[in-house]
Amino acid sequence: MITFIPRDKVSKNWIIIAPILSIVFTIFFGLLIFAFLGYNPLETLYQIFVSPFSRIDRIGDILVKACPLIIIGTGLMLCFKSNVWNIGAEGQFIMGALLAGFIALSFPNIETKFFLLITILAGFVGGALWAFIPAILKTKLNVNEILVSLMLVYVAMLFIDFIVRGPLRDPMSFGFPLSKPYPEGALINKIPFPGIGFLGQLHFGILFVFLLVPISWIYVNKTLGGFKINVLGSAPLAAKFAGFKQNSITITVLLLSGGLAGVAGVIEVSANIGQLQPEVSFGYGFTAIIVAFLGRLNPVGILFAGIIIATVKLGADNAQMTMGIPKVVTGLFEGILLFFLLTGETLQKYKIKWSEGKK
Amino acid sequence: MRNIVILLGLLVIGAVGFLFYQDKSEIPVAEKETSVTKVGFVYLTTPGDHGWTYAHELGKQMVEKRFGKDVKVSVVENVPEGPDATRVIRELAKGGNEIIFTTSFGYMDPTLKVAEEFPDVKFEHITGYKRSKNVATGNIRFYEGRYIQGVVAGLMTKTNKIGYIGAYPIAEVIMGINAFAQGLRSVNKDATISVIWANTWYDPVKEADSAKVHIAEGADILAQHTDSPAMLQIAEKEGALGFGQSTDMSAFAPKAQLFASINNWGPYYIKKIEELRNGKWNTGDGPDHWAGNVWGGLKSDMLIISKFQNMPDEVAQKAQEALDGIKTGKINIFAGPLIDNTGKEIIPAGKALDDGALWGMNYYLQGVDGKVPG
Repeated sequence: MITFIPRDKVSKNWIIIAPILSIVFTIFFGLLIFAFLGYNPLETLYQIFVSPFSRIDRIGDILVKACPLIIIGTGLMLCFKSNVWNIGAEGQFIMGALLAGFIALSFPNIETKFFLLITILAGFVGGALWAFIPAILKTKLNVNEILVSLMLVYVAMLFIDFIVRGPLRDPMSFGFPLSKPYPEGALINKIPFPGIGFLGQLHFGILFVFLLVPISWIYVNKTLGGFKINVLGSAPLAAKFAGFKQNSITITVLLLSGGLAGVAGVIEVSANIGQLQPEVSFGYGFTAIIVAFLGRLNPVGILFAGIIIATVKLGADNAQMTMGIPKVVTGLFEGILLFFLLTGETLQKYKIKWSEGKK
Repeated sequence: MRNIVILLGLLVIGAVGFLFYQDKSEIPVAEKETSVTKVGFVYLTTPGDHGWTYAHELGKQMVEKRFGKDVKVSVVENVPEGPDATRVIRELAKGGNEIIFTTSFGYMDPTLKVAEEFPDVKFEHITGYKRSKNVATGNIRFYEGRYIQGVVAGLMTKTNKIGYIGAYPIAEVIMGINAFAQGLRSVNKDATISVIWANTWYDPVKEADSAKVHIAEGADILAQHTDSPAMLQIAEKEGALGFGQSTDMSAFAPKAQLFASINNWGPYYIKKIEELRNGKWNTGDGPDHWAGNVWGGLKSDMLIISKFQNMPDEVAQKAQEALDGIKTGKINIFAGPLIDNTGKEIIPAGKALDDGALWGMNYYLQGVDGKVPG
């Protein structure tokens, strides 16, 4: 039987050493696996970690991939900090994209980019409404939000599927489940860099991330609202004594995280897809849960965690393109990386105690 | 802080790797060796050992076997149909690949987007309907195999109930159901087809459930337009019979598979690569409707019928006749009179549906129960 006992004090040194150790272990086991499977281990590591940074347009692509992860992860951070377990960001992402898409497709001739403000707002509302369902069920009827939010993901997936096959299907699509293309005003353009052109698919949506990270940092660390969330999460009793209304905090964080997931959906679809299709999210809502924890529920951490996850995903593609390493192998490596990073963090905070005999 | 350390750490380790290893992957297009053609493939899933992507993998292997050292093939598997596809296709184009095969419908717009940026690279999109100067499309007449399935099903069924599992109610699947119905009714006017929509191309659990429902409702022959061998495995267990999809699935259901319609992409890949190497690659001059400039079937060996098994010789002989009939053109599957299952005439005797009309199918022909959803 293994028990984890919180450490009295987390050593300052270990905050630096633990992640380094985690990486050393990851690399060690990675090299072992790659060598065992007959791939050049150093080349593999290069492809996974460095090749995504090796060209400036590839860096653009990392940011594109990280963008939805960071936005959703930041929203989830608020939930997880206050012990509200929103597992349904994927569904909120879809509903945000869907509501925004519905509005975008209702104005087929609009050209002004100010229209984006409306679609992004619609995305926020769509995601927030979807998160409102678990929020109201939890606060009024004490229904477990993990189950409700997770199950609503599948409802959202089937709903968008129905919409693009039925009401919003493009009559010119030969029966394929695709909506009409968005009007110009609802598209987020790629960023043109003078003298360089486009950097991969890097689009203006990334600006939202650069706004969101500092704002959420200030919200969490410098405002009363953020303080309440922190207290509710780390000491629920203290929050109660202080007279914080638990229910209103729960609803607030769910609305915010749902809304942010919705915004991520709008940005993703408007920048990268340009129309509604049955699948608009590719597990971003679930991956963002890892991002939120890897970033230690801290906005700046989440920024970097999003970039790390995106880098490894892109690196895995590169490794496959240049070396023919199957995704299952690089997926295994990703798993090892996350395992050691999270183990490192856990052992920083907890001691392991082995107790014998009793099962 | 911690994450910055991690990121820096990863970079340092990677950079150390870089010192030992010099990147050979990014050869600019201009420096490429003239005799070697670089070919890229984008797969929707990992190939595994059955189904859609595996069929493409077999095609790729035929390419490698045919050209040997003259081609260098790069594959990316498990690419979702969205922004990731755009990035991966662009990377393949940047990596010097001269022809890129994107092997799923959802890669259509990503392929076109990247093609615009790389006018010198040729793109082949599988099953799509949009083309451009350097984007051609290719597809298989899957429905031809389903006609033969219908013939065999009509002769083999005892309950006169056929269970059909469809992926999505799109034209491609519906024309398959209708072709099946035409084959079925050519030998057995009493049998009917009932359709369950799985709403997925690949989900063994859902496909197995659908198969169980069909069998519980009395079907003794199962057909599928989904990708996993789950349906056949259920048929094997329950003593029903069925047809394999995309690749030969007799290994999964040796007693239940009657035959499989096998997608054979190899000859098409080889032809297009050869055209490219001879400077003759083109997007075809066929009619510019969406069926694509390559839409091959049994005749061109893009669709292959596996061994007829688990059936009496007379049935196998009838099936062979149907197969030969389609190959020689003696059988036109969608020749009039065609009547839909509400009794409305689609086309009178003496006429036949053209390719464009096939892609507009949103009705069931006689022999199919229910109506097309949506």
